[in-house]
Amino acid sequence: MAKFTLSGPIADLVEQVTSGQVSATQLVQTALDRIAETEDYHAILELNRYALADAQAVDARVAAGEKLPLAGIPFAAKDNFLTLGTHTTAASHILETFTAPYEGPAIARLKAAGAVLVAKTNQDAFGHGGSTENSDFGPTKNAHDPSRVPGGSSGGSTTAVALGQVCFAIGTDTGGSIRQPSSLSGVVGLKVTYGLVPRTGVIAMASSTDTIGPMTNSVADAGMVLDVLAGRDASDATSIERNAGSYRIEADTLADDLDGVKIGLIKEYLGEGLDAEVKAKLLAFVDSLKSRGATVETVSIPATERALAAYYILVPAEISSNLARYDGIRYGHSAAAAANLEETYFMSRDQGFGAEAKRRIMIGTYVLSSGYYDAYYKRAQKVRTKLVEEFDDAFAKYDYLVGPAAPTAAFPLGSKSGDPLAMYLEDVMTVAVSLVGAPAVVVPFASVGDGLPVGLQIIGRQKLEGALLQVAAAVELAAAAGGQK
Amino acid sequence: MNPQLRSKYEVVIGIECHVQLATKTKLFCSCGNDARDAEPNTLVCEVCMGMPGALPVLNKHAVELALRLGIALNAEYKLPYHMKFDRKNYFYPDSPKGYQITQFDEPVVPNGFIEFPVDGKMTRIGITRAHLEGDAGKLTHPEGANYSLVDLNRAETPLVEIVSEPDMRSAAEAKAYAQELYNIVRYAAVSDANLYYGNMRFDVNVSVRPVGQAEFGTRSETKNLNSFKAIERAVEYEVRRQIVLVEGGDKVKQETRGWNDDKLETYSMRSKEDADEYRYFPEPDLPPIIVTKAMVTAAAAELSLLPADLRKQLATAKLPAAESEVLVADPVAAGIWHQVALENPAEARFALNWLIGDRIKLEETKQQPLAQSQITSLPLALVGSMVREGKLSSSNAKILLEHLWGDDTGANEVAAKLGLIQQSDEGELGKIIDSVLLEQAKIVDDYKSGNERAFGALVGAAMKASKGQGNPQLFTKLLKQKLS
Repeated sequence: MAKFTLSGPIADLVEQVTSGQVSATQLVQTALDRIAETEDYHAILELNRYALADAQAVDARVAAGEKLPLAGIPFAAKDNFLTLGTHTTAASHILETFTAPYEGPAIARLKAAGAVLVAKTNQDAFGHGGSTENSDFGPTKNAHDPSRVPGGSSGGSTTAVALGQVCFAIGTDTGGSIRQPSSLSGVVGLKVTYGLVPRTGVIAMASSTDTIGPMTNSVADAGMVLDVLAGRDASDATSIERNAGSYRIEADTLADDLDGVKIGLIKEYLGEGLDAEVKAKLLAFVDSLKSRGATVETVSIPATERALAAYYILVPAEISSNLARYDGIRYGHSAAAAANLEETYFMSRDQGFGAEAKRRIMIGTYVLSSGYYDAYYKRAQKVRTKLVEEFDDAFAKYDYLVGPAAPTAAFPLGSKSGDPLAMYLEDVMTVAVSLVGAPAVVVPFASVGDGLPVGLQIIGRQKLEGALLQVAAAVELAAAAGGQK
Repeated sequence: MNPQLRSKYEVVIGIECHVQLATKTKLFCSCGNDARDAEPNTLVCEVCMGMPGALPVLNKHAVELALRLGIALNAEYKLPYHMKFDRKNYFYPDSPKGYQITQFDEPVVPNGFIEFPVDGKMTRIGITRAHLEGDAGKLTHPEGANYSLVDLNRAETPLVEIVSEPDMRSAAEAKAYAQELYNIVRYAAVSDANLYYGNMRFDVNVSVRPVGQAEFGTRSETKNLNSFKAIERAVEYEVRRQIVLVEGGDKVKQETRGWNDDKLETYSMRSKEDADEYRYFPEPDLPPIIVTKAMVTAAAAELSLLPADLRKQLATAKLPAAESEVLVADPVAAGIWHQVALENPAEARFALNWLIGDRIKLEETKQQPLAQSQITSLPLALVGSMVREGKLSSSNAKILLEHLWGDDTGANEVAAKLGLIQQSDEGELGKIIDSVLLEQAKIVDDYKSGNERAFGALVGAAMKASKGQGNPQLFTKLLKQKLS
């Protein structure tokens, strides 16, 4: 059997499966082998034991002449996606035994398109964290340096892609959980406009900013996956219609320059806290985009300075409510020793939730309490409104806003895990976009230190993912050319 | 209680009423809304069981029904009107998500009022608001077991909670208010309004204060009353209990109480000394709704008749108030009467009498409610006019309507078939009398010799000769003419 790499363009693999050169079963077997070879990275929490059977079913569909946009493509899903046939734990002990009774539209659409779920990936439990160290089942290691974190919370997904375990992975981005680990792991990560991919069947973190998106090896791959994922579903009242046309990037329509593209470089993301080498390389790279026809100016979005504070009020508020259903009564961990209702609640939740979930439940409960609501929640909502206005103003002048996706490249395992505030600062460059609801894509553009990747965050206008991906593809070309034309 | 002591205090009552809306499906999912005959946990899905990743989708019909109810409650909609949902967070096994989706500060029904008579006097009670929310599940605690059972069939069924202003001042007002809500809910047809099945449940807030005191006393809330009698009794009990407490130098505790229908007393359930901490915040899974003029117009179009309209119509028809209220409390009959009074005002009295009289007995003998019978405004008015025109005797009218109950052939045809039509042709009746006078010469002689009772026998003979179809009044008139 030929040796395949799963890192090649998805479009090529789909073509090979469709034309019968390769079978879905072979691709999935390759994925399973690669996962086994690289299991020490702990990107994967559980394999889909039906993956090969699912691949055979895809092969049968292909043989029957079905044209499948992701025919036979092996993928992994973050463990907060409900999937049939595996556990769905969100990397939390409280759901360690949980098996889902249904799947949401994201998984269903991928399967219908011929993609094969191979594995569930590690994450910070319930998405709470920026390093995947908050997984109740142990951290994931960075694909480029196993002594470092992959970022988080979708660190298992970015690592699986970076290691070539799967062709793509899907995850969730609530405040940066796709973008920050994509930067630290050297993959492309897309955070969509709020609502573009229905949230049904995904364990909620913060309902008002949760988004679903792909992590891939290239911008073109991201377009292929988004084209399958995007669009309203009746089961999610906050989901939105997709735009007419495809999100795919066709080779013949791809512009390799950035002629006339107006780029605003967000000033507030270049200040204190940004690693000096990251900053220098980022400034140089962004400056190089001028040689491809872009105009680049610095833009100030002052409210971003308050975004992190607002985010860490609003999001824990929603978390405290969204995690209330894990009460030890209908499913999930239930304390065996509990003698009455109150003990069932206290003991099940105490044993089941990790420290970070408890911390966020406490913060959220506090900020929603009467007497504090106005001082915290309401003021944070005002910051959110202000952010929306300032982003609107910026988009009146610029087509795209850019900046780093994280203050540093991948940091050593354990270096921040004892300091929640330092970990929260990992989100400082991503949360504003989440509060605004805009789409953003992270594209690897350089490496720092001993070859640690860094990504550029490109933020687009609401609902314009197609154009955003086109520009990201041109930026990707620029990065491949080393910033030179 | 000593009336003198009682008269030192003023009673203040506010009522919260939960109405289960008559939608086909639940408020946020497509599970069936009628759990009456269902096995436990069979009308459930991932949404109403609070499974991970499940999201609520708002039932459009529930919003339409709530708006219709809002209009019936005279709500002041400043259009476009903004409404939204909020989460009310609390832990309890009957609440599978750990929060209830309800409406905190932008409810589907803003302030309104209702008006109704209490002891013949029109009384207006303010409606603070009414909001849409999902119901909780049902807990049962098996006798002697060390566990409880949760049934989520009822979870997320759509409720509207109607909150009144603290405007009521007596048990009679409280009872009449609850009855009027019951009327309105049925007229608007927004709920099955079955009190036995708890489709409407009342929580009654009662406080007392010395007459003349401006601020309210501390209130108790007696929850889950589902009969008007119970509301009246619970208020009276609370008033006595609270006055005794205050007179004895004690304080009324702010608490939630229950009602024991066997002992006819309220009992303490839990203290409310600490303010409730529900950590309300806007429900991020449901976008806010802008209520437009078109939505309100469409909802109003579904309201054909309300008790207040009917009372005006009854007053215009100059019908007695006591009988009118019997009709008002009877929406199906009221609807039929309304049509009769509108189309054939001359038959309004006849229709009222039948609807609150013979028809009740017929429902019993037929074992069928009026709504399922063939009686509509048309046959009822027709029978009324036949009586008024002398074509039908009152007793035959009753017989005719009994036949029309299950027969829509037409009043005239059925009456003719059954031979119920009165013969009122004086010429024809005259001929019958002539032959009776010939045949009954002896009775005629009796009468002429002063036996007044013989006259009745002659009328009877004429009726018999007409096979019961002659108009007895006309027979009497004609006989008197011929014998004088």
